Amino acid sequence: MPMLGADMEAGTLVEWLKHPGDPVKRGDIVAVVDTQKGAIEIEVFEDGVLETIVVQRGAKVPVGTILAHIRGTGPAAAIVTPAATPTPAGMPRPAVTPAAPAPPSARARVTPMARKLAADLGVDLARVTGTGSGGAITHDDVQRAAQAAPAPVDRAAAMRSAIAAAMARSKRDVPHYYLSATIDMSAALAWLHAENEKRSMTERMLPAVLLIKAVALALRDVPELNGHWVDGAFRKGPGIHIGCAISLRGGGLVAPALHDADHSALPALMRNFQDLVARARAGALRSSELSDPTITISNLGDQGVDSAFAIIYPPQVAIVGFGRISNRPWAGAGGIEARPLVTATLSGDHRATDGHRGGMFLTAVDRWLQTPEKL
Amino acid sequence: MAMTTYREAVRAALREALLKDPRVFLMGEDVGKYGGSYAVSKGLLAEFGPERIRDTPLSESTFVGAGIGAALGGMRPIVEIMTVNFSLLALDQIVNNAATIRHMSGGQFSVPLVIRMATGAGRQLAAQHAHSLEGWYAHIPGIRILAPATLEDARGMLPTALTNPDPVLIFEHQTLYNVEGPLADDAGAVDIDHAAVRRPGKDVSLITYGGTLGKTLDAATTLAAEGIDAEVIDLRTLRPLDMPTVIASVKKTHRVVVVDEGWKSGSLSAEIMARIAEEAFYDLDAPMARVCSAEVPIPYPKHLEDAALPQPAAIAAAARQATGSRTS
Repeated sequence: MPMLGADMEAGTLVEWLKHPGDPVKRGDIVAVVDTQKGAIEIEVFEDGVLETIVVQRGAKVPVGTILAHIRGTGPAAAIVTPAATPTPAGMPRPAVTPAAPAPPSARARVTPMARKLAADLGVDLARVTGTGSGGAITHDDVQRAAQAAPAPVDRAAAMRSAIAAAMARSKRDVPHYYLSATIDMSAALAWLHAENEKRSMTERMLPAVLLIKAVALALRDVPELNGHWVDGAFRKGPGIHIGCAISLRGGGLVAPALHDADHSALPALMRNFQDLVARARAGALRSSELSDPTITISNLGDQGVDSAFAIIYPPQVAIVGFGRISNRPWAGAGGIEARPLVTATLSGDHRATDGHRGGMFLTAVDRWLQTPEKL
Repeated sequence: MAMTTYREAVRAALREALLKDPRVFLMGEDVGKYGGSYAVSKGLLAEFGPERIRDTPLSESTFVGAGIGAALGGMRPIVEIMTVNFSLLALDQIVNNAATIRHMSGGQFSVPLVIRMATGAGRQLAAQHAHSLEGWYAHIPGIRILAPATLEDARGMLPTALTNPDPVLIFEHQTLYNVEGPLADDAGAVDIDHAAVRRPGKDVSLITYGGTLGKTLDAATTLAAEGIDAEVIDLRTLRPLDMPTVIASVKKTHRVVVVDEGWKSGSLSAEIMARIAEEAFYDLDAPMARVCSAEVPIPYPKHLEDAALPQPAAIAAAARQATGSRTS
């Protein structure tokens, strides 16, 4: 069970899309897992054959639980069974220490038949009352539970509590520093306007994509902001995967990743961004999109705010905030004039970086936005 | 269809075999002049003479060994041992010779021997005449173990056993000899490969054989009045076990009670439960249960003997427990 967010503790296996014996390759979607952030598609990162399914449909298991075994394409590793170590002939066998009496089992009494049916129907045995021999949960008990309407899950409340946990943890554990810079968007918007003139309505790009790309390229210059704080040390991200904070219609938000944003051309980035927003709102995100972001952008320009000082989403070490792009007075070469300006902010984890690095980053974002043709 | 007893049904089977095949003869303690300790062979000495109805000394090892020799020599001997307890004196002949000679000779010799013996308790014959050791024999490869529990099987298992090229042991429960009921006039050979569903039901499988079949059917009647529809399986053949019939029943009822007059420890009932666990684990909707004899030598006093043996009330109670919430 992958951790699909810093605050995630457990997930429920909703559906297996591959079955034992099926070949799988890197990137295949093998299962769907339900989390506080909705149903997430689980990808595999190895080529091989799905050998055994360990966690059955309907089971809720903690993060880190093995969901299934995939046999790789390499030669099979020897299975080490310590218990089978032969005792050399003539050697006395070590005395067997009698095991301490097991504590009373907390495991519910469920008949084999009932357990199988519960797995088949996706019934949570914790919600089933046993009426069988010795109070055991029987086949009929599971069937009754399956027929009873499932208790409605308050998704909005669950997500609210997930956000609360993550943000409280961040404010408790992460010493934030905050920087802001006002950036002149004249060149970027002029270039974008000209570029969009050449495009059909459906292919036109939004200023937000320029901001994303500028952040991605600036992170190449300041890689110390791109990655995770794990076990008391910074780990550089394996790529520049930009989490985009997307508010959901039912309340709450998610911040799935645009993978390798620094390598994506603007039109592709635009398409990927639109796709991401659509899928986030439809609840069809992939596991890697939720677990991979190396930094997050929170763009609240559409809400009309001037600037956004965001809270870092652990274990990331920085979050970039953008306000709205609006015409404001600007002291240029020709004196005071109205120009489209945007306020970019950086919330940085002071354990990982200092304000000096953060300042260099905002400067780099500004520089990239002055040469939009290079984005 | 005439009324007959289990004893008369076995006698009819013996008589038919003696009439039909000159190679068949009966041998055992008191089978001739006394007419059999359970009066099964009464009248056969007068009809067939001392060549074919042979009284033997009180030496089970000797006369079972003689039966094996006769079978090897081309005869079709039927050896009667008074009770299963006494058969222990012949264990060497049965286990080391009868069961192994086909294997040891590379298939050159077969031992078409039938051994009949009384088994079980219930008639106050005390601990040296009342045990149920057929489960021990069911452990041994090379022999077939039959447990006729009905008049039809008492009449029909012997002729089929006589056609078997290998040793067959027939265990006749001592309480069954006086059981009376109708038997078809043309009753004859029956199959000795399959278990039988004696009472179809859907709620719980009561698996039994031999002397406890009647008690189990009584329990099923009691249960039916309470709304528990029990299926009663008569194993009939204890080796080889007809597991397909047992498993089909378990897959229908999902609950199992094994009723066996043998003791639980290391028993046939344990074997049946183990195989069900191996073959139908995911069909079980309750822990399997057993009703067996108390782990004591079978007592002599009537009240203690009754208390030591599986009884209908205990069988019904186990079935109620297995069916869970309907426990009364």
